[in-house]
Amino acid sequence: MVQELGYLKETPSQTAGPYVHIGLTPNYSEIGGVYDADLGASMVNDKTHGERITVTGRILDGAGGLVRDAVIEIWQADSAGLYNSPSELRGTADPNFTGWGRCPTSSDDGIFRFETIKPGRVPFKDGRKMAPHITFWIVARGINIGLHTRMYFPEETSANAEDPLLARIEHKDRLATLVATKEGSVYTFDVHLQGDRETVFLDM
Amino acid sequence: MSDRTNSKLETGAFFARDRAWHPPAFAPGYKTSVLRSPQRALLSLDGTISEITGPVFGHSIIGELDNDLIHNFAKHGESAIGERIIVHGRVLDERGRPVPGVLLEFWQANAGGRYRHKKETYLAAIDPNFGGCGRAITDDEGHYAFRTVRPGAYPWPNGVNDWRPAHIHFSVFGHGFAQRLITQMYFEGDPMIWKCPIVGTIPDKQAIEQLIAPLDWGNTIPMDARAYKFDIVLRGRRSTLFENRLEGN
Repeated sequence: MVQELGYLKETPSQTAGPYVHIGLTPNYSEIGGVYDADLGASMVNDKTHGERITVTGRILDGAGGLVRDAVIEIWQADSAGLYNSPSELRGTADPNFTGWGRCPTSSDDGIFRFETIKPGRVPFKDGRKMAPHITFWIVARGINIGLHTRMYFPEETSANAEDPLLARIEHKDRLATLVATKEGSVYTFDVHLQGDRETVFLDM
Repeated sequence: MSDRTNSKLETGAFFARDRAWHPPAFAPGYKTSVLRSPQRALLSLDGTISEITGPVFGHSIIGELDNDLIHNFAKHGESAIGERIIVHGRVLDERGRPVPGVLLEFWQANAGGRYRHKKETYLAAIDPNFGGCGRAITDDEGHYAFRTVRPGAYPWPNGVNDWRPAHIHFSVFGHGFAQRLITQMYFEGDPMIWKCPIVGTIPDKQAIEQLIAPLDWGNTIPMDARAYKFDIVLRGRRSTLFENRLEGN
């Protein structure tokens, strides 16, 4: 017999369920007094460097219905393209920018909203630059394992054209599902879980 | 976020996820997954710096009662009602190494199976002294612990007569955003586990057993609380032996 590798198996995922807000955004779900504020509710402060933007949108199911019980987390680089993470070895990120945010989709109109900054470009593994992007992670009732995707910026035409991830999408008509629409400083990014306009989801 | 509890420099990409071990997106026995599951294949890409990095939270965010669900919502001098338990364990990666300094968040129903949530209409009563949320950060060896009451089973409108087994929801951060995981912990010996359509989304019996916490008699505190042990395994990082040099250099 050959040696055993001895690796453990990853703990399997389960749905976050309809009451995910109790754990992740208790103040939003009217459980006050346990935590001062919901984690990830604020990403920036007065001193944060970079161009202020709003990222908003909705999650839609395979019948076009609003998903009103999702929680979205985003993760992004600062304006200089550095991540606020111990695993960031290229430099020190803006200490006034968390890089991470968390927001539920509204139980009324299904809209999520982040006040953040436009991220700088970060390198791909081979040194090529990726286009500016924000990584999304979506959990909800009915989603058995969190869905990863990315939002790209519509005005970054030339950067998007050379982005290594976008280049890997075989069906070019699907590229548009990862690009937000822009109006002033507000970017709208609707995520379609299923169907003709299905968003490209990632296995990273 | 800025106080760095993790001093080890970790730069390797993660082991690929075994998606046959996890539940598939489309699992029609769990009805809500039917319209909320992507039908196109996922786009695969080896982890870039956008996924290898992730937020790390300092111990300073944790309040004194954050890991005590019996008291963190209770009126002064009162406690939540129910079977008092301690849930503890370690967060490890697939290589068996402890994952220190990671945030865990927990949420659950009360002893009667009732969640404190405006969408919840189950007729079992709310416990005025139980909120149902808690959090902890793993220590240098990956340990975490919290104190709570054992949640009750509760009915849900999936099949005509479906009931969830007693469970505690867990949200776990690793050191990279690609390690992000939400799961549920079940209790040893609960016959409801094997009837549940959400548990049943997981195809492999061994994978289901990985979510069942054994009664940990050794850590039970006499005349106070029983203990359950629940270890969590996150994706492993590759060794960086050949990954420090960019291709072409």
